[in-house]
Amino acid sequence: MIGPVLTALLSHWRRRPFQLATLLLGLSLATALWSGVQAINAEARKSYAEAASILGGGGLSELVRTDGGMIPVKTYATLRRAGWLVSPLVDGWLSAEDGRIRLLGMDPFTVPQDTSIAAAVESSLYPELVGKNGVLLANPATAARLPDLEDRLRVIEDLAPNIVLADITTAQELLAMTGFNRMFLAPDQPLLRPNLASVAPELAIKPPATANDLGRLTDSFHLNLTAFGLLSFAVGLAIVHGSVGLAFEQRRPVLRTLRALGVSAHRIVLCLIFELLTLALVGGALGIIVGYVMAAALLPDVAASLRGLYGATVNDALTLSPFWWLGGVGIACIGTAVAAANGLWRIARMPPLSPARPRAWIMASNRAMRWQAGGAAICLAAALIAVTFGGGLVSGFVLVGGFITAAALFLPMVLSSLIAVAARQSRGPIGQWFWADTRQQLPGLSLALMALLLALAANVGVGTMVASFRATFSGWLDQRLVSDLYVTVEDEADIPAFMAFLEDKSDAVLPIWHVDAEVMGAPAEIYGVVDHPIYAANWPLLSSLPDTWNRIAEGTGALVNEQLARREGLSLEDRLPLPGGWTTTVVGIYSDYGNPLGQVVLPLGELTRNYPDVDRSDFGILVPEQNKEALTAALTKEFGLPKDRITDQGVIKEFSLAVFERTFAVTGALNILTLAVAGVAILTSLLTLASMRLPQLAPAWALGLTRTTLGRLELIRALVLAALTFTFALPVGLVLAWMLLAIINVEAFGWRLPMHLFPLDWAWLGALSLGAAGLASIWPAYQLARRPPADLARVFSHER
Amino acid sequence: MLLDVHGLKKGFPGSERQITVLDGVSLSLDVGEVVALTGESGSGKSTLLHIIAGLEPTDDGSVLFDGEDICVMDDGGRAALRRNSISIVFQQFNLIPSLNVRQNLVFHARLAGRAASVDLPALAMSLGLADHLEKFPEDLSGGEQQRVAIGRAVASEPKLVLADEPTGNLDEGTGQAVFDLLLSLARRTGAALLIATHSMRLAEAADRRMHLSHGKLTE
Repeated sequence: MIGPVLTALLSHWRRRPFQLATLLLGLSLATALWSGVQAINAEARKSYAEAASILGGGGLSELVRTDGGMIPVKTYATLRRAGWLVSPLVDGWLSAEDGRIRLLGMDPFTVPQDTSIAAAVESSLYPELVGKNGVLLANPATAARLPDLEDRLRVIEDLAPNIVLADITTAQELLAMTGFNRMFLAPDQPLLRPNLASVAPELAIKPPATANDLGRLTDSFHLNLTAFGLLSFAVGLAIVHGSVGLAFEQRRPVLRTLRALGVSAHRIVLCLIFELLTLALVGGALGIIVGYVMAAALLPDVAASLRGLYGATVNDALTLSPFWWLGGVGIACIGTAVAAANGLWRIARMPPLSPARPRAWIMASNRAMRWQAGGAAICLAAALIAVTFGGGLVSGFVLVGGFITAAALFLPMVLSSLIAVAARQSRGPIGQWFWADTRQQLPGLSLALMALLLALAANVGVGTMVASFRATFSGWLDQRLVSDLYVTVEDEADIPAFMAFLEDKSDAVLPIWHVDAEVMGAPAEIYGVVDHPIYAANWPLLSSLPDTWNRIAEGTGALVNEQLARREGLSLEDRLPLPGGWTTTVVGIYSDYGNPLGQVVLPLGELTRNYPDVDRSDFGILVPEQNKEALTAALTKEFGLPKDRITDQGVIKEFSLAVFERTFAVTGALNILTLAVAGVAILTSLLTLASMRLPQLAPAWALGLTRTTLGRLELIRALVLAALTFTFALPVGLVLAWMLLAIINVEAFGWRLPMHLFPLDWAWLGALSLGAAGLASIWPAYQLARRPPADLARVFSHER
Repeated sequence: MLLDVHGLKKGFPGSERQITVLDGVSLSLDVGEVVALTGESGSGKSTLLHIIAGLEPTDDGSVLFDGEDICVMDDGGRAALRRNSISIVFQQFNLIPSLNVRQNLVFHARLAGRAASVDLPALAMSLGLADHLEKFPEDLSGGEQQRVAIGRAVASEPKLVLADEPTGNLDEGTGQAVFDLLLSLARRTGAALLIATHSMRLAEAADRRMHLSHGKLTE
C-alpha cells in the first residue's frame, strides 16, 4: 500500500519541477554554507592538533626555567648525571616568505619515543639529521616557504604545517642560540633520583598542556565563522520552510482524498517523512559538494586570516574525514526536519475532511504576527540579560544573536505599519489597491524579507566593522612605521661597521631588536627602543602617563600593547613581571592591530642588559625621501645586502594592507553568499506566490488594469518592500557593527576599534538589495504581464 | 444486512448554541441495494455519509458495517474499511491532480491490493474515457472528472459506494449521464449505493428514497 501512496505524493513534484528545484536549492544552499564553514573549521582544528601534538610533546611533562630564560647545557648535563631522563628542546622562529616558521630542535637519541616528534622522524633519517649542516624536516608547503634552506630541507608529508624539525645543534646554529628552551621529561623516571630542587632549583616541572592553546586562541574566529554559517543556514532554511509548507498545503486535497480512500494519517505522515528524507539526502548531497568546493576556494583566505590574526598556520588543502560528510547529510536532515516539523505536525492532526487552504497558509494571521513579536521580545530580553550579567565571547554572541533575531522577528510588524501609513497617504484607486494588496502579500513574503534583513544587517554590521578596522589599521600603520627604510643585517658582527657607515648618511638609525619570551605565562615579544623624538611624535598610544617617553628613556617604565593589557588586566602604573625575574612599571598602552602576541617595549639598554641573546639584526633608518634609493644602493654595495633585506616603508605598508585585505576576504565572500541566498529566497517566495495570486489580481484586471500594469506593479512592490527592509536593516546593522567593534572584537582579538561610518558603502548595499529584489521579481512580473487572459478569466468561473 | 445505522447523533458548535445536524438517525442498507438520500442544503446529508465512511466521529449511536461498529474503530481500522469495502464519490471529484486518468482509475484498487483484477480498457470504455487515459485531471471537464472518480470508486470492488451529491457540480444533462453511469456500474458490480442528491428526479431511480430534515430521517 505504501507504493501507491508514495506515487501519489511524489507525483506532486513531477508536476511542479520548479517547486522541487526551489526546495532542493534551499536545502543545498543551507547545507553548503553550513558544511563549507564546518569543513574550514575542521581543517583548521586538524592543523592545530597536529601542531600542538608536535609542540606539546604529545602529553609529556616538561622542565622549564621558572624565570622563562634559557636552560644552560650544564644544567642538562647535571640532570642526566643525576639520573633524570630528560631530552632537550630548542624552540624558535625562522624568517620565511609570508611570515615566520617555527623551528624545533631536538635530540633524536634522547627524545622519548612517546612524543609526536619521535614518531615524525624515522630512525633512518638520523645520520642526515645530526652533525654539522644537518638536514631540516618540513612538510611540502612549509618547505616551499624556505627557499634559502632548500638544500638542507627534506620533505615529510605528514608533518604539521609551519613547523621545521631539526637536530638540536642545527637549530641552535640557525637560531643563534646557546642552551635550551625546555626539556621533555620521559614518562618513566628512575625511582631513586634526587629531587629537582636539589639538582636544578631554577627549573620547574610544567605539566602537559591540557588543551590546545592555539585552538583556544582561535576559537573566537571559528565561532565567528560558525555564526556566519548558521546565519546562512537559517536563511537557506527559510526557503526550505516556504517550499515544504506550501507543498503540504497544496497537497491537502490529495491527503484528504488519500484519507477518504483508506490511508491512515499515520501512514501518510510516514510516507511524507520518507519523502522529506529522500529530498534531504539529495539536497544534502548537492549541498555537501557545493560546500566542499566553497570551502576549498575559501580555505587559502581563511588560512591567511588565521596567520594574520593569530599566527596560526593551517593547511591550504582540504582533507576531510567521513564524519564531515556524515555531518553534512545530518545537518541537511535536521534542517529539513526543523523546516517541515510544523507542517508535519499539522498534517498528523489534520481531520480527514480538512479543507485545503494554500492561500490561508500563505496569509499568516495576526495571531502569528503577535507570536513573532513575543518571540522578538524574548530574544531581546536574552540579549540584554547576556550583556548585563554575562561576560566573555559567548555572552557577546548571545547579545548579537538575540538582537539580530529580534530585529528579524519584528520586521513584519514594522513593514505592516509602514505600509499602513503609505496606504493612508495614497490618493488614487490604483495606489490604494496597490498598498492594500501589498499589505495582504506581506505575510507570504515575510520569511524571505526576514532573510533579506538578516543578510543586509550582517552586511552593514560586518562591513562597517571591517571598514572601520581598515581605516584604523591604515592610519595606525602610517603612524607606527616611523622609519623610512627597514634593514636586516646578515651578520651581527657587521653591526658596528653598519652603524658607522650610516652615521653621516642618515638622520638616525633605530635598532629594532627584540627577543621572543613568555610574559605572564604566554608567548610575547619584548622590543627595545632608543631615545628618539620620532617615537613620541608618532607612536600610537591609547593611554599613557605624563612624560611617558622620558620615563622609557630613563628606564623606569615600559609600554605594553593593548592585547597584553586586556589579557592580563594591566593598567597604567601596574607592575609588569618580565622574564628573568625582574619587574618594571607600565607607563603606556599602545594599539597593535593584527598582532596575535603580547608585546612589551623597553629602553634598548634594558633589553640588551636583561636578555643578552636578543636578536640584533633589524634596524629602521630615517633618511630623506630623495636619498632612499642612493642609500639602498650604497648598503647593497658596502655590505652585500640582498634587496630583500632592505625594505621601503611604503612596501611594508602595501604588504600589510594586502595581508589585511586577504584576512577579511573570507568575511566578504560569506557576506556576498548570504546576500545571494536571501535574493534566492525572495525569488522563490515571489514565484510561489505568483501561482496563487490570480484571485487577487483577476478582479483588478477585470476592472481595467492591463496585465502589463499589473506586472509593473508587482515589480514596484518587490522594490518597495526591499527598500523598506533595507531602511530597517541599516540601523540594525549599525548597532550590530557597534557590538562587533566594542564587544566581540575586544573579547575575540583583544583590541577595541573606533567605529567609522561609510555612507557610500550603505548606498552601494542599498542599490545591491534593490537590484537583487528587482532581479528576483522580474521573472514573476514578466510572467504575469504575459499571462493569457483565459487564466485570469477562469478565476470567475466555477468550473471548466 | 450490509449497513445498519442506529440512533446516530451529531452536532456542531454554533456561535450561540450547539447545532444538531443528526438527531437519532437510523437507516439500513442491504447488499446491492440503491438508496437515495435527499434533503435541503445543510440538512446533514454529507455529515451522515462522512460518518458512515468513518471520516467523522459521531456524538452518539452506532454504525454497523458487516456487523462491525465503525464508531468504535480506531483510525487505522476505519482507514482499512474505506480501503477495502467502502468507496466514496465526492461532489468535488477529489482526484489526485498529479496523477493521470489511468493512474487515478486504478489508484483505489491498488491501495486495496486489487489492481490486478481491474480490466482497465473495459472500465475506461464504459466510462467513455478510453481516449483520455494519459490526460491529467486539469485537462478534463467536470463531467469527465466525475466519471474518473466513479470509475476509481467501482474499480476497487467495494461493498458499498457512498456518493455525496456527485452531480452537484454538473449541468443537468451531464449530471443525468453521470448518475446513470454510477447506477449501472453499481448494479453491475453488486455494490450497494447510498447517494445523496438534491434532485428528486435522480432519486426516483433508486430502490428506496429517504429524506433528511431537521436532523430526522424519514422514508
